[in-house]
Amino acid sequence: MLTLQFVPYAEIEQLGSARRVKKLLDIAKQDKIVLLEGRLKKEEEADLIAITMEEIDDTFKGIELAVVNPERKSQDFFMAVKGAFTSMLLGNRQGFTIIGPATVVKQIKKDPDKIELFTSDTKEKKLKKSKRRQ
Amino acid sequence: MVVNIIKKFINKVLSSLFRKKKHVKLGLYGPPNGGKTTLANKICQDWLGEDMGKVSSIAHETREIQIKEEINIKSNGKELTFNLVDTPGIATRIDYEDFVKVGLNEKEAKKRAKEATKGVIDAIKWLDEMDVVIVVLDSTKDPYNQVNITIIGNLQARNIPVLLVANKVDLRKSSIKRIESAFPQYSVVGISAKYGKNIDKFYEGLFALVG
Repeated sequence: MLTLQFVPYAEIEQLGSARRVKKLLDIAKQDKIVLLEGRLKKEEEADLIAITMEEIDDTFKGIELAVVNPERKSQDFFMAVKGAFTSMLLGNRQGFTIIGPATVVKQIKKDPDKIELFTSDTKEKKLKKSKRRQ
Repeated sequence: MVVNIIKKFINKVLSSLFRKKKHVKLGLYGPPNGGKTTLANKICQDWLGEDMGKVSSIAHETREIQIKEEINIKSNGKELTFNLVDTPGIATRIDYEDFVKVGLNEKEAKKRAKEATKGVIDAIKWLDEMDVVIVVLDSTKDPYNQVNITIIGNLQARNIPVLLVANKVDLRKSSIKRIESAFPQYSVVGISAKYGKNIDKFYEGLFALVG
């Protein structure tokens, strides 16, 4: 069964970068798919990858990550400044971020118009687990 | 538009700073198996007559930062000296079982996976050290991968000039246009690092970037 956990931006707003990343990764490590309102800072995204690498072991294989950001290419100057100012004050709440454990999410395919999330074959996973137990 | 003008101004200032610098640190970044080391080898063969690192069809062959110092290149009467930094491929998932599937035994696969995770961490740490970065992408693959977006976004946040290389143009599935439309604000050079196709255009792009 797939479990999706929605994380409102308000829940990570007050946290420092390291704690934000850890909170999201801890949820993913519980085999849940994180759906975060908004997005992390670019540097935090890189930290998320680095910390994920530190945590990889025989059972946790990493994450699949996708950021869906509704950037408007034809945005005029006033709207761009307004958007930047709002992000500065309230954090980047636009769009959303998906973080899925690699054992559950096989691939997230993204193009400008759609996003597709492919999950691992549950039967295959169960078979692997039972093989490990033997 | 105003943002673009400011970006161009910053790039010009950065370029003029690099001209005064003795050795530009030029990083090769990208996801695994994009052809970073193949390109590093091509550059080193062209200007030093030697290879830089080992290449393999198995992902994560480069698991440590590799540096070749003082590479001096010449193009159209211009000259540039840089230290070339080849970095391990950045990934969000590393599963030792993927290495077992391609023929490694379990012990070797686990060792490779462990080293690969460390390599990714090192590559991210080294982002701050770079003056100019070439992002090497496999042009046969989907460019909208979040790893590509995160790498390029982080370089942009650090104001590091970037040139995108669409590698493997010799392959039938290759599409430079797909990379250009995914990252329209960057210059993209389509090459085949393996066969040296369009390598002159790559050097021209490099000079245009560094100034």
